[in-house]
Order: sequence, then C-alpha cells, then structure tokens
Amino acid sequence: MYDVAIIGAGVTGSAIARELSKYHARICVIDREEDVCCGTSKANSAIIHAGFDAEPGSLKAKLNVRGNAMMDALAGELDIPFTRTGSLVVCTASQNRADLEALMEKGRKNGVPDLRILERDELLTLEPNISDDVVCALFAPTGGIVCPFHMTMAFAENACTNGVSFFLNTKVDHIEKSEDGYRIDTTHTDSGKTETFAAKVIVNAAGVYADVLNNMVSAHKLHITARKGEYCLLDKDAGTHVSHTIFQLPSKMGKGVLVTPTIHGNLLIGPTAVDVENKDAVNTTQAGLDSLGRTASLSVKNIPMRQVITSFAGLRAHEEGGDFVIGEAADAPGFINAAGIESPGLSSAPAIGEMVAQLAAEFLGLSANPDFIPHRKGILRPETLSMEERNRLIAEHPEYGNIICRCEMITEGEIMDAIHRPLGARSLDGVKRRTRAGMGRCQSGFCSPRTMEILEREVPMQMFDITKNGVGSNLVVGLNKEL
Amino acid sequence: MKNYDLVIVGGGPAGLAAAVSARDNGIESILILERDKELGGILNQCIHNGFGLHTFKEELTGPEYAARFIDQAAERNISYKLNTMVMDIAVMDSGEKKVTAMNREDGMFELCAKAVILAMGCRERSRGALNIPGYRPAGIYSAGTAQRLVNMEGYMPGREVVILGSGDIGLIMARRMTLEGATVKVVAELMPYSGGLKRNIVQCLDDFNIPLKLSHTVIDIEGKDRVEAVTIAEVGADRKPVPGTEERYTCDTLLLSCGLIPENELSKNAGVSISPVTSGPVVNDSLETDVPGIFACGNVLHVHDLVDYVSQEAAVAGKNAALYIQNGSSGDARTVEIVPEGGVRYTVPKFIRPERIDDTVTVRFRVGDVYKNCAVCVYLDDELLQKKKRPVMAPGEMEQIILTKEKLGAHPDLGRIIIRIEEA
Repeated sequence: MYDVAIIGAGVTGSAIARELSKYHARICVIDREEDVCCGTSKANSAIIHAGFDAEPGSLKAKLNVRGNAMMDALAGELDIPFTRTGSLVVCTASQNRADLEALMEKGRKNGVPDLRILERDELLTLEPNISDDVVCALFAPTGGIVCPFHMTMAFAENACTNGVSFFLNTKVDHIEKSEDGYRIDTTHTDSGKTETFAAKVIVNAAGVYADVLNNMVSAHKLHITARKGEYCLLDKDAGTHVSHTIFQLPSKMGKGVLVTPTIHGNLLIGPTAVDVENKDAVNTTQAGLDSLGRTASLSVKNIPMRQVITSFAGLRAHEEGGDFVIGEAADAPGFINAAGIESPGLSSAPAIGEMVAQLAAEFLGLSANPDFIPHRKGILRPETLSMEERNRLIAEHPEYGNIICRCEMITEGEIMDAIHRPLGARSLDGVKRRTRAGMGRCQSGFCSPRTMEILEREVPMQMFDITKNGVGSNLVVGLNKEL
Repeated sequence: MKNYDLVIVGGGPAGLAAAVSARDNGIESILILERDKELGGILNQCIHNGFGLHTFKEELTGPEYAARFIDQAAERNISYKLNTMVMDIAVMDSGEKKVTAMNREDGMFELCAKAVILAMGCRERSRGALNIPGYRPAGIYSAGTAQRLVNMEGYMPGREVVILGSGDIGLIMARRMTLEGATVKVVAELMPYSGGLKRNIVQCLDDFNIPLKLSHTVIDIEGKDRVEAVTIAEVGADRKPVPGTEERYTCDTLLLSCGLIPENELSKNAGVSISPVTSGPVVNDSLETDVPGIFACGNVLHVHDLVDYVSQEAAVAGKNAALYIQNGSSGDARTVEIVPEGGVRYTVPKFIRPERIDDTVTVRFRVGDVYKNCAVCVYLDDELLQKKKRPVMAPGEMEQIILTKEKLGAHPDLGRIIIRIEEA
C-alpha cells in the first residue's frame, strides 16, 4: 500500500513527487510513457512566465507568480538550466495601448514585480529586430527561459533519489475507491501484464487525461480539451534574433504567437491554438506551420524561417472552467486533482508541487523526511569546463573526449551519464532530451546509429529493442536480407 | 602547441586527395584530423559500384575508391588522427591558424598550422528542415542514415518504404532496400525533374519497377509510435500541394533524400565567407577562401555528384595550400569575378586571378532548371569566348568549363567573366 500514488510523470507530477519526498511516506509515480516528460511537458514554449496574464485571484495567477519566484533557488538546488531574460508584450500601432496598460495593471495586482511600459526607442535598443509596427511594449524583467526537459527530470530524479518509486510504461485502466484508499488497475504497455496498485491518496496529474481519471471516481465531472500548439524551432544561427521572450498583445485576432530564444540558444516560434478531439494528436499541420511565420512577423521582423530545424506540436490540457483545478475532489476523499494544467503550467509547477504536497501531507498527517536530499546534479556539460579541467576529466574518463553528436558537440560521456543516472534514458529521445544529442541542425542524422550502439552496450539492450520513444517505436526491424 | 605546415579537417575523399597532392607538392608536415573511426568518409557506406570511372578508368565501389586514396596517403606516410573532432579553427595574429580538436587519447588539444584545408563534407537536409507536417514517429530516416544502418551495421530500418526526394543517395537506397528485402513503394520528388543522376534513375528505380513521381511531395505522416502511412500529393508550379491529388501509402519507413548541405560551422567560426547559394565557402581559383591560408574542397565547398571531381578539386586545393605554405602567402594579384547568369546558379571558383592560374582552370557549376538544346556561353566582359552546345542540362548534374590562361591573358583589362545558358 502506497501512501500516495501520483499519476502522471510530467512536470506537474514530478514536481509534486519531489515536494512529497520531503515527507516520510511511501510514494509512487505511474506513467504510461517510457520516460518522464513525454507529454505536454516536453512540447511547450519552454518559458517561465512572469505572471501578468492570468486573472487576479485565480490559481493560475497565484501559482505562476509563486512558481516564478521559486525558480532561482530551485535552479540552484536542482541544477536546472534557467535564465531570466525578461519578456515583452508588444503593442502595434493598430492595437489599443489601453489594453497593454490594463495588462500591466493586472500583472501588478497579481504581484508581478518591476513591470513597466517601454516606448519604441527604448524597445529598439533591447530588440533591434522588433517589427516596424510596434509602438510600445510591456516589459517584465522576471520572465525567463528554461529547459523543460531538465526541469521535469530534475524534479523526477531528485524524487527518485529520495525514495519515490517510478512505474513507467504503466497505463492506468481503472481507479476504484477501496476501504482504506484507492485501487489502481494498470497494464504494462511493454509486457501487456496487468498490475494493481493500492494507495491511500491519489494525485491526478495526468495532463490531457486528467478528466478521464477524475471522472472514474468523482461525480464532479471535469472536461479537458486538448488544445494543440504547434511550434517551429530555428537553428542556433538564428538564436540571437531576439534576446527576450516576445509576446503579442492579445486582440480580436487571437492571442498571437511568441518569439523567444531558448535556453540552448535556438529561436522558438509558436504556439498555434486549435482544440482537437484526439488527446494524442501531437501531429503538426501544414496550416499551422504556415501560419507561424506569418503571425510571428507581426511582432518580429526578418525571422529567417529558412533556418527551421524542426517543428513539433504539444497539447495543452484546457479545462472548461479556465483555471487550474487543484485540490481534493469533493466526493472522493484523498483523490487530489492537479488538473487543467495548461499555460502557465510549467511556470507554476514548483508552486503546484508545494501546494499539492501540502494537501496530501495534511490528509495523511505525514511527518518530515529527515533524510531528504535537496540537491541534484545535472549531466556534466564538458563545454562549461576550462581546457585543463576538461583534459583532467578525459584522462580519467576518456569517453568525454569522444564527440557523438557533432552538431551540439555532445560526448559519449554525457550520453553514458544520461543512461546511468536515476531514471536513466532508455530510448533515443530519452538520450536526446537529457543531453541534446540529436537535437541540433542535422536532427540526429549522423549520431542516431552511434547513440543506438551506446544504448545497446550500456543499458545493455538488444538493437531491435531500442526505440525512438517507447513501446512500438522501434528503430530497426531486422537484419539485412532477413525480411 | 604542436606545429604543422598543413592541417586537413576531414579524412574523406577530399581530405585524402588534398593531403596526397600537398605532399607531392613538397609539404612534409601534414596532419589529417578525421572524426570517424576510419579514413574514407562517407564512401565507406557507399558499397555500390560506379566510383572512379574518370580517375581510375574502372568501376569501383565506394570503399574501394577510398582505399586507393588511403593507400596513397599511407605510401606517403601522411599522419592522421582518427576519432578526432575539430572543435574550432581560429586565425592567430601571426596569420597562422589555431586548430582546436579533441579525442579520447589526447584530450582537447591545440595545433598551430600555416595552412588549413577544409574537407568536412556535408549533411543531409532533415525532416525538420523540410518542415513536413504530421506526426514524429520512428521510421523517418535521412537516406544516408539508413544507408549507414544497412551497409555498415547490417540492420534494416524498415519493411515498406516511401522515399521523398530523388537525390542520388535516395535512388541508391531504393535499390539497396529492395535488394535487402524491403518493398519500396514510390519515390516522390518535389521538382519536375530528378535531383539525381540519370544513370541512377535507370539502374535503381526503372530496373526494379519503382515508380518515380515528379512534382509530388509528402504532405502528411501518420503513426504515433512508428510510421504507419504517408500521404503524398502533386504540387503545382508554386510547389504547393494541389487539393484532390492526395494518395495515401501505408508504409513503416520514410526515407528522405532532399538535398545535402555543406557543413560549414567551423568555417564560419573561422571567419570564412559563405555563399548563400552553395552554402560553401566563396573561393578563388586556388580554392582559397577569403581567409588567407584556409582552403576548401569537396562537399564542404559545394555538393558534388561524382567523387572523381572531388578528388580532382581536392588535388588543386592541396597543391595551392602547398604553394601558400612555401611562399608564406598567396600574394597579390588581379582578381576577376565570375558572374553566373541565365540559369547558372553559381560557380566554383567565384574569383579568378588570370596571372596566377596554371595553363587552365576548371570552373564547376550547376544549373537551376532542366535545359534542352542549349549552350554554355562564356563571355569575357561582352565578348563571347566560347559556346559549348549541350543536348540537355539538369540541376542534378554538375557542369564544368575550362578557361585557359592564354585566353584570359589576352584581356589585360578584363572586368568580369560571365557564364550563361543560352539557346543552342
């Protein structure tokens, strides 16, 4: 019997797991995917919002501002790549300046620090590529950019180090109230075997599927719509085209798209916003991709769209109430929802973790875990070392002298670290999200066979069992002439 | 910091031929830096034949062709380091180049070189760069990646294959996948003409009854885990899909052969100017970039279709790097620009120094469209120098013309050389 079973190993579930591991309790995390960070958490804008956007008084507003404020300490403790670049909401000549001022007012009510409006002249010194139509912008210096993969993994790895059990490739089929908690029936997606978990408390952090889980145990039905957002990622050559996250002032024409540098030095444009029926529809569309460059040009000019290196789509879990749904379901004691976590979900995750962990701890009367280890070290990036330090490292571990991904200059040592650390990578995408091997301009054309060899040797696993991203996504299907 | 006269970045066909040529022109101190575990570059995965017809007057496989040059380098005791990645090339105040590289044994190290030859080759355009909409499942490979898996590792990437792009590697892989037991359903090509050599269309598609659909592209990829189907559609003159022409192919693999991009990140960091047309360095007749003492050859300079031409070009780079090292500079000389016009997309070299060239200089280029019954015309300013009739020219085949020192020398006031496609 677990004290808490968290369903969903995205950034929300992982942040909750990490916070809960500060308490003395038996905790598990269950996810249907082969790795943590496989849903909405891996395909979003990769930014930490300042918090001016949400309605004052809403959970979104409260948790965004709190989550943002927690990021500096967390980034230090958990070695999360994070930079406060600042964000800008730009207003064009045809838009209403009063709307921008109202946004600033809302931000101030939410407690966002240091907001101010910049006029075009000052704006141009910050962002020379701002569109010619832009007249002013709301500047939020606390906005930032983050690696969403490492943020999620940092929480999850640290939770794992502190004793939380992770059950991946484990799909929840059914949840039922039992005498002393809940019974969770699952199927292992790799073996097809079923397994039943028992837990006193369930935390529902299942992203776009959180409504399905809630509705299994509660008469207070949730309705979550998957709202697709498509993105284009541009080469690092274009990474300095802007230096802040640039939003467009929402108008009758829609919310617009953002243009932002990423923490790794690329340029990211997106997202679109289209509600879709299928909760797994992470496909991009011609119409969506075509619209991105066009819409982005309203705020930023001369974006080199020829430098796109990849595009992707993520699904936001939009609950029809419009706010995060966090707390115990009224008619299901011990069933705690962390549902409807759409934007600003990544920014709010640290604060959601705190809030939900507190709810669960109070419900169970948990005591503090005296052995809690707050620190987690990320994967060593040799590029951050001096040549002397690097050569000492290579002398001791020659694999750090062997470049596998030539675009991102990722060494064999980093890939081996990604495989051997807590919740280590077992797939090509798992390695990619942890190390960036395959995330560069050739998009794994050169390094994928070499990364596969390292997975084969280090896990170890059969070549035929190596997947791109879990069950069914095998990369090779047989030996030559065997088909 | 160890000193070399010449450091060559890349031990593929270009780097090897450049090294051999530099040695034969008197340079003793040469080091080749190769990132892979053996010399020969991408030729090692090109196990089909058809290489070397021009150079050796016989049909070799890729590894055999590479072996000839590896042997030549070995006979000359040319030094090389394998599994070694060049991280940076910088020009020092002295004009010498600092090459930073890394491998398991030596760690990260710096070399000082009087001259550098860039021979890093190219990479394939990825699905992301093509911006093909749809899912992102396993089973989407660039043709070269699939070629490595099949030819070097012995693994089949899939059973039922659709290929987008009719570049040479895609055509070769259509045949290879078929021979290894897979079914290749169709090759779709965005352009109204193939991007590959005519002989490859005949030998790799026609001989195996694999349909080639020109003016078609992939508009959707299905399958969340592994590719399940792709949809292709005809494109109009604007290269946009024509509604109503969609055809869905069930398959588990999509191979991409949609163009090669010279890999010039190192060159850019070294300050070398890059042509927006070729994505390779802008060079003069010595194949020297605008950074004195840095030369380029092979697919890092512009994408070739025949390795024989790579070897020839690399020999020119090697020889001129040797001269640069011996003379301490390239010297000043009158420079004339070659201007590509009327269908000629670019030329390599871009600049000619009439007083400094050998008796002849080979100018290579590609055309931007299919031309029939046409002629390649060379003008020295307004004066027609030569007109060479061609029954057909296509973007997939590299063209060349030869300029002579004698003819150029007769025009001391030459302003520019124009190369243009005209009606025959």
